[in-house]
Amino acid sequence: MGKLPLEGIRIIDLTKVYAGPYASLLLASMGAEVIKIEPSTSADTVRGTGLSLGVPDNKPAGNFWNQSANFNATNRSKKALALDLRGGRGKELFKELVKTSDVVMENFTPRVMRNFGLEYEVLEAINPRIVMLSSCGYGATGPYSNYRAMGMSMEGAIGLINITGYEDVPPIRATVAYTDFQAGRWGAIALLLGLQNRRRTGKGQHIDLAQYECGAWWVGPDLMDYSMNGRIQGRMGNKHAYRVPQGCYRCSGDDKWVTISVGTDEEWVGLCETMGKPSLAEDQRFADPINRRNHHDELDVIIGEWTSQHDQYEVMHLLQARGVASGPVLTNKGVLTDPHLKNRGFWEKITSPEEATNVGTRVYPKMPWISKKSPTPLSTPAPTMGQHNQEVLTGILGLTEDEVVALEADGTISNSLADVPIPVNPPVETLIERGMIQEYDPDFMKVLGLK
Amino acid sequence: MTEGALEGIKILDLTHYIAGPYCTKILADFGADVLKVERPGLGDSARQMGPFYQDDPHLEKSGLFLFLNTNKQSITLDLETATGGNIVRKLVEEADVLVENFAPGVMDKLGLGYDVLEKINPRLIMVSISNFGQSGPYRDYKAEDIVEYAMSGLMYVIGNYDREPVKHGGTAAQFTAGEVAAITVLMALNVQQDSGQGDYIDVSIQEAVTAPQYTLLMPYVYSGGVKRRSLKGGGDLTQNNAIATKDGYVVPSITNMEWSLLALSLELTEELDNSKFDTPAARVLNGEELDDIIHKRFLEKTKADLFHETQAFGSSFGIVMSTEDLLNCPQLAEREFFPEVDHPFTGSLKYPGAPFKMPEGGWQKGRAPLLGEHNREIFIDRLGYSQEDLVKFRELGIS
Repeated sequence: MGKLPLEGIRIIDLTKVYAGPYASLLLASMGAEVIKIEPSTSADTVRGTGLSLGVPDNKPAGNFWNQSANFNATNRSKKALALDLRGGRGKELFKELVKTSDVVMENFTPRVMRNFGLEYEVLEAINPRIVMLSSCGYGATGPYSNYRAMGMSMEGAIGLINITGYEDVPPIRATVAYTDFQAGRWGAIALLLGLQNRRRTGKGQHIDLAQYECGAWWVGPDLMDYSMNGRIQGRMGNKHAYRVPQGCYRCSGDDKWVTISVGTDEEWVGLCETMGKPSLAEDQRFADPINRRNHHDELDVIIGEWTSQHDQYEVMHLLQARGVASGPVLTNKGVLTDPHLKNRGFWEKITSPEEATNVGTRVYPKMPWISKKSPTPLSTPAPTMGQHNQEVLTGILGLTEDEVVALEADGTISNSLADVPIPVNPPVETLIERGMIQEYDPDFMKVLGLK
Repeated sequence: MTEGALEGIKILDLTHYIAGPYCTKILADFGADVLKVERPGLGDSARQMGPFYQDDPHLEKSGLFLFLNTNKQSITLDLETATGGNIVRKLVEEADVLVENFAPGVMDKLGLGYDVLEKINPRLIMVSISNFGQSGPYRDYKAEDIVEYAMSGLMYVIGNYDREPVKHGGTAAQFTAGEVAAITVLMALNVQQDSGQGDYIDVSIQEAVTAPQYTLLMPYVYSGGVKRRSLKGGGDLTQNNAIATKDGYVVPSITNMEWSLLALSLELTEELDNSKFDTPAARVLNGEELDDIIHKRFLEKTKADLFHETQAFGSSFGIVMSTEDLLNCPQLAEREFFPEVDHPFTGSLKYPGAPFKMPEGGWQKGRAPLLGEHNREIFIDRLGYSQEDLVKFRELGIS
């Protein structure tokens, strides 16, 4: 196999949570060497939050910071250096690394890098070829520039959830992190473009990415509508502007659902015949898309009566055989066991180091593309905290082992979160009771082929 | 303005609808030379989809099309004719990249499969975007955004506990796949530029949406937990419905650390200084009572008040922005996010602008092409056909 696309590109990654780390995961998967720098005393936030169900068997161990499922998924194929950037020695080492690197990325609010004395102008003076990405919620300039943002608040800010949810209740957001990953894709796009530009000009630069702005591209068509017609789009639940019927319908089983979307009259006839109601296709109330739209709710009841007699997969296969778009609403378990994704080789089994207590071998989604000529290699496991301190400091910066020991002693580098109490997770019974999960599956390791 | 970072990169664009055109828009907006091939007569199906300028359903007035096709050139060509196929193969000789989003198998039937095109141009990067990818049991299944949402696992966790799951509004799955496809083009360009090697890349919309769903998938992989939509009301302000204010909605997001400051900021110190509300667990237990207190106070404030005031105590509430709010937002105005773009059929309109600020090689302002606007330039100037040939192409329905 030839070279990977980004082989030879070194990235210093100061980002935390999901948006930045997803960007660097995409680039690491293309062969870039990503050195993740975490604060020596606090680490990436995701090592210590969101641990409910997010550590092996929901039981955090003494070194829980190496057990975080979300961290381990988002930080595959990277190296970890836990370095205190507040101290003089930490800053010096960081600057030494900048000399040998191609990219620096961070997602603090804009004031933070200045407070460290590590803003772009300083880094540019050290290495003019550096491409630096600063990504934050609202951007580095403007009245909101130092405003904090989190994924869930951005879901509102970018205009996405004003058009999301049932027509009769307030807008609704996902219970999982979502917009962060959109910003992550844009971070990767921005850096790949910055590197393309450097090929042409030989020069680095500073990119200012606001999740607020790239996120708003997703409501681009609606922004055009306001711009052209002064119209504000509202929520339409699962309905579609011109595909009718479209919806999410109850199936047999507990909380099982299927989606159906009809685009043409031919598909409409296909749906009626599949439901065993060919006469419905003759019904004047549903004769054409405009009539179907006017009687959408009546139609939903009829379709729901049929689907509720069937398994969600059965509905999909029956309708797809007639060329009608349909698919089951899968749970996380449903996605992980779906035959199609398995057949495509979408999952990879990765074994974490022993320092990540009880993590062992787990299943993770691969990158969302299949390249014929530069296939993405299997990921290496996410690093434990400070796992590559020695490798980076001696291997890249040429420090001696004694110097590394001294840095450990004075707290400039570390490999654990000292004095942080072990978090207590609510037991699964409580989570079920509070409606936070649908069910606990004691056989999950077997289901995933891990035992 | 400087040149875009992708200046000189030639992209042959055989895409239509949303995911494919969004991918090539990203590349065109950063300087790539994107040549869009549309079917004669009606062009890209997005030209027939709303919203339309002044609600006039005209092929040149679709806001969806105008947004997704900025900075591209357009020719019309029927790919099912022998001449059409030959012209595409001719264009492939000079192209760096080809992007398409037909159903799997269509390119092969047209004689435009990768195995054919690779022989014409071994440097070619070809990217195919499809609903479920180019292989696997659902390869030929149909889908719409709602189906992709359902089958990515994401839809199951959006909505209220006891109601049907709902999808995000708009066409987020299509956009996600377009972004992924743009990433793969930018990735493969590195190999092409270093070694002259091309590539074929298969992007599945289902996988694009599923791939980063770690907070959804990992609870099952690590602990056997099947996540579901949340019960309404949670008391800890992490519930899923946005909360009503005097003039719209906000999305609260708050950590335990910020809790006491929240009470202070809302002037609810007295009401909330109560053992019923002093730990996250207690707040969940007494969620309904707590929600009542907080929601009442929210209704007395505007969404902007809450946005600015909560920043002051270290939290990060989001305003639920409507498109009108976005177009009038002072932050976006100061960052000049909505430039005016002129177009022969709509005049000058505000468009969403630079997705990020890159001083060198950054985002380029431009408009979408008219249907077949560049036929002369491409067929005559680049490919050497005559004006008479163009007439024949039109008469035969080739262009």
